[in-house]
Order: sequence, then structure tokens, then C-alpha cells
Amino acid sequence: MKLKYFAWVRERIGMAEETIEPPGSVRTVEELIAWLSGRSEAYAYAFEKPKVIRAAIDHTHVKSDAAIAGAREIAFFPPMTGG
Amino acid sequence: MTSPATAGAVTIRIQEDDFDIAREIAGLTRSRTDIGAVVSFSGICRADEDSAKISALTLEHYPGMAEDEIKRHVDEAISRWPLNGVTIIHRVGRFMPGQNIVLVLTASQHRKAAFEAAEFLMDYLKTSAPFWKKEESATGTGWVEARARDDEAAARWTRS
Repeated sequence: MKLKYFAWVRERIGMAEETIEPPGSVRTVEELIAWLSGRSEAYAYAFEKPKVIRAAIDHTHVKSDAAIAGAREIAFFPPMTGG
Repeated sequence: MTSPATAGAVTIRIQEDDFDIAREIAGLTRSRTDIGAVVSFSGICRADEDSAKISALTLEHYPGMAEDEIKRHVDEAISRWPLNGVTIIHRVGRFMPGQNIVLVLTASQHRKAAFEAAEFLMDYLKTSAPFWKKEESATGTGWVEARARDDEAAARWTRS
């Protein structure tokens, strides 16, 4: 699946997108955040406050307990400040 | 063929270029006689943010999702109010104080629906459309933090 990062999440991780294959034990957005956080200090820093992070699966906002099975694109970003 | 009356025209654009409000309103109402009210909201980059003076603002967005998310809220607005047309233009890039950032136009037969739908759309644009602002000021550069009052403004439209 493709992962996309925006705003300070993108800056902290140091890239805008990547393709990953998480292990089968990673089933939800919350578990994906925990798994990513273990990859490096940069991810751990980006996700240090997981409750603040918003997620979208295939362009639709989802909660942290959403299942990631079948997702083509998952995005992580801070609360939105447009308009 | 364009379809007259009924649901009307929906225009959603995300662009770097500026917009011309008069031209957008003319585009929404051209050759129609069923529209009695157009409400226009423009969001402008301001210099004063709390105590700091902002020198520039950069807007980032999530291409694809931003359009989809705005469309979902336009569809909801059309289901809640009798609208004859909606135009939403959100700019991205780097802006100086005084420059346009966002335009919302709502057209209806009567003003009440147009006013309410414009406010509804703006409240949701601020809290759920994937855009992020980064401010530059004399003290440095930083991402704008989401405000609780914007969430409260959006929450009042939630139907129980």
C-alpha cells in the first residue's frame, strides 16, 4: 500500500510518500502508526502524539480503529487548517 | 448541454492562481433567472495573527482528497438547502497578507439558504478539507495549529 504524509508529519518523517508492506499482524490505523513508529526515530517523532494524528484511507477520513485491509492509499497528517 | 435550474452548477477548483470574484459570480448566474441570491465569502491572508505579524503564508493540500472532501460537503449542502449553484475555489502556494486564499459562492432562490450554506461550507472547509497553513513571521516559521473554535463552529451543523 502507498502511504502519504502531509505538513509537519511529512517534514518529520522526511518524505512525502512511500510504498510499504506491513506484517499481517498490523490490522488497524492505530497499529500501523505503532508499527511505523518502531521503524526509526524520525517516525517515532512524527507519531509521538498519536491522538493528534489524523488519517485517511483512499481519500476518506477514518478513525484510528479503522481496518487497513484492502487500502490502496493511507495518509497521515495533522489537524487541518485550511479555509 | 447544460442542465438549467434544479441542482445547478457545482464548480470546485484548487489552484495557485488568483480568482476574480465578479467573474465567478457572473459564471454562476449567467443566463439563469431562477437565482435570487448569491452569497460570496472570501478568505484573505491577514498579517495579524494573535500577537505576531505574519509576513507570508504557505498552503499545502492533499491533491485528490481535497477535491473529494469538498465535493462531499457540497453534496451535503445541496441536500440540506435549496441551492441553484455552488462555487468553491481554494488556492494553494505562498501568499502575502492581503491576497485571496479561498472563495465560496452559494446561489439560491432566496438569501437564507445561500447564507446558511455558505457558512456551513466554510466551517467544514476549515476543519475537514485537507489543507494546512504554514506561517512565516519575524520570529520564524511554523505550522498553524487547529483551533477548537473552528471545530465548535463545524459541530453546530451536525444533525442529531
